Amino acid sequence: MAEITVNGKSIQLTEDGYMTDPSQWDKDVAVALAKADNFELTDDHFKVLEYLRKEYEAGATLTIRKVGKSGIVDIKGLYKLFPGGPLKFSSKYAGIPKPTSCV
Amino acid sequence: MTTTEKKPLEKVCIICAKGSIEDVYAALVMANGAVMEGIETKLFFTFFGLDAITKKQMKHLHTATVGNPAMRMPGGLPFPTLLGAIPFVESGVSAMMRSQMAKLDIPDVEEFLEMITAGGGEIFACKLAADMFKLEKEDLHEEVKDIITVGQFYELAEGDRTQIIFT
Repeated sequence: MAEITVNGKSIQLTEDGYMTDPSQWDKDVAVALAKADNFELTDDHFKVLEYLRKEYEAGATLTIRKVGKSGIVDIKGLYKLFPGGPLKFSSKYAGIPKPTSCV
Repeated sequence: MTTTEKKPLEKVCIICAKGSIEDVYAALVMANGAVMEGIETKLFFTFFGLDAITKKQMKHLHTATVGNPAMRMPGGLPFPTLLGAIPFVESGVSAMMRSQMAKLDIPDVEEFLEMITAGGGEIFACKLAADMFKLEKEDLHEEVKDIITVGQFYELAEGDRTQIIFT
């Protein structure tokens, strides 16, 4: 278990660095989580993060294919935004659990 | 002394030598999963596996209903091999497999290939098998990068954190 503090708020993280309580998420938290990986978030990144959060709250299973069909960004674009882990990193910065799908 | 330093995989070379739905998908899922994890990925199709990247065949993959001991009827009863030999039974079973996969939102072969290359994975065909089946580069899907020899395949596998996986 790890922990980071953002704007005086203490955020609990899993061993892999995913937030344990998605409701604590806000843009500053996302920026802090990304910064820990030396990663900078732009507006295009936030569009993906907000989409993932919305789908997660609706109970959907998230896959890169689903994001690719969302109209926000195609799969190639998603890899460009989050190199080396399109769903892994985006889920992490969106404050939702580590993805569990195989596709 | 023990060390706890993690050494994640850096590269996987996956070989698919069979053309049934389950063999092809095993290779595709593993390759796509590797790309998604940020692992450099080379996917190599040979022998009957070439069906998965041959334009004419890739949309019509089948599963074996004969000589497949894990085959079950809907409901779980064993599937008699003799039944599998009856005309049209195999295509019915294959269609059912495909529809089950579509329900789980598993992409078709073509889309899977596109997903793999979108993430930087590379797809190759085996030269010997392509010669055997008289296939040229233009018979293969656009996402196939090249037809290569076994020697070139091993060159692609260089690196001390590479795994070669034969599905």
